[in-house]
Amino acid sequence: MRVNQLSVFLENKSGRLADVTRTLADAGINIRALSIADTIDYGLLRLIVNDPVAARDALAKAGFTVALTDVLAIEVPDKPGGLANIIEILAQAGINIEYMYAFVGRSGEHAIVVFRIEKLDQATTILREKGVRILAGEELHSL
Amino acid sequence: MYFWNREAECMHPDELRAKRDWLLVRTVRHAYEHVPCYKKKFDEAGLKPEHIRTVADLPKIPFTTKADFRDNYPFGMFAVPMEQIVRVHASSGTTGKSTVVGYTRNDVATWAELMARTLGAGGTTKGDVVQNAYGYGLFTGGLGAHYGAEKIGASVVPISGGNSKRQVQIMQDFGSTVLCCTPSYAVLLGETAREMGVDAGKLPLRVAFLGAEPWTESMRREIEEALKIDALDIYGLSEVIGPGVSYECMEKAGLHINEDHFIAEIIDPETGEQLPPGAKGELVFTTLTKEALPLLRYRTRDLTYLEPEPCKCGRTFVRMHRLMGRTDDMLIVRGVNVFPSQIESVLMEIEETEPHYLIVVDREKGAMDTLEVWVEVSPKLAADEVRYLEQTERKITSELQSALGISVKVKLVEPKTIARSEGKAKRVVDRRDLYSES
Repeated sequence: MRVNQLSVFLENKSGRLADVTRTLADAGINIRALSIADTIDYGLLRLIVNDPVAARDALAKAGFTVALTDVLAIEVPDKPGGLANIIEILAQAGINIEYMYAFVGRSGEHAIVVFRIEKLDQATTILREKGVRILAGEELHSL
Repeated sequence: MYFWNREAECMHPDELRAKRDWLLVRTVRHAYEHVPCYKKKFDEAGLKPEHIRTVADLPKIPFTTKADFRDNYPFGMFAVPMEQIVRVHASSGTTGKSTVVGYTRNDVATWAELMARTLGAGGTTKGDVVQNAYGYGLFTGGLGAHYGAEKIGASVVPISGGNSKRQVQIMQDFGSTVLCCTPSYAVLLGETAREMGVDAGKLPLRVAFLGAEPWTESMRREIEEALKIDALDIYGLSEVIGPGVSYECMEKAGLHINEDHFIAEIIDPETGEQLPPGAKGELVFTTLTKEALPLLRYRTRDLTYLEPEPCKCGRTFVRMHRLMGRTDDMLIVRGVNVFPSQIESVLMEIEETEPHYLIVVDREKGAMDTLEVWVEVSPKLAADEVRYLEQTERKITSELQSALGISVKVKLVEPKTIARSEGKAKRVVDRRDLYSES
């Protein structure tokens, strides 16, 4: 149920993001979602792609420092309170969210939000019990 | 012209020569008999103390280097038992171990005398208020200037370094007439006074004794203009004694070396050959009166030349030109000596980084030096969270600061972004202009 996410270390200088996207394009990789966390000097680019392993290899070969991390892609009802309900479930279970960002595509009437949380297995179980749908990697890539 | 000890400072050259010969003979015997490192050097060179009869015999003696201090850390270079040591100071070593120096009671008295000459050459008397903004502690600057000013009988304000607004406030309130600090700090104080709306022309401050780092004639003009004072260059290194090795007089035409206590030579840093007067090369010192730490032909790694012509001030002591560079890669940042090798040895211990780094030293106008260390992240640092990167940055920063003793800014950069040149990487970018002639 987990989705593989790439994290790429980038210095804050012009052209670096373009270098990443060009490297991925040349390797035939399709980017499905992305977010950037930044500080004054550097940033972390987080990516969901159709082939994470091939993407990591291509970026590493191009000299980037890349980490692969497991995240959850969660279906969120696209209506007021949709996200709040899911976050409350996690809060009540005492599970911290490290970060999250929205997915570009949609799943029917649902938005998709990428969550990086601690205690992934426990979170998965609890969310499922509450009827929340978590997408697998293949589903995500076929959207 | 001002003098603290005119008799010594204007000693007749013949008298000076005779005095130096017998002091050298005495020092050589003292070092040979009490410091195993010197005995070993002499024995290996097939040299006996009695082979050294005059200053002209000096080139026979093997050199001493910072490595000898490291190999004999901490007290192995001392020539007297610890019961006779009344003070210890230390400066940076090339690796983790610092260079440790010791003083007997007589050495402390000698040092005070030499610093009194230094301050006296700029007209300091017992009527002065001396604001001593050199750092107090293991660094020799603070206590060195302090003892010299006290010997003169001036009122010493031992404010130490830092907090420039408070420095200006005290300068104003206490009526400081003499300032001791690094030249870059004097620039900062000038800038601070201006920002505080203090009219430097109305301050009683008259003269500053600036050392512990190289500076330029254009900085001198800037400081003199900003603070409305005379700015004099002073030189010393802890291995030799600390500040007080050489000092400028009001002619501001080079630094008089206290030749009744030290012998200066200029050598070719490549061959080690002694160079004739006036030739530029590496400065080498032999001490003549030190008890705790006699030094024989110590290589300073500082580049300069000796000015053989007598000075208009009347002092007979030879002058050295202000520092013109280094023969090694040592940096002086805010008066603190920093060796790239120190930084490298810290980074080697940290597994999240590659041993690829770049040291960037800069000086904004009117501000203190900044030391940045750019470190390439290693694949091991592949991170998903900024928090983890920041933790790593903080860890490297704190390890470097504790090793170097000054604040450092660490910047993580992408792998393979620091230029690798033929075999040896370029490790240092110094954007300051420390040795220009204009």
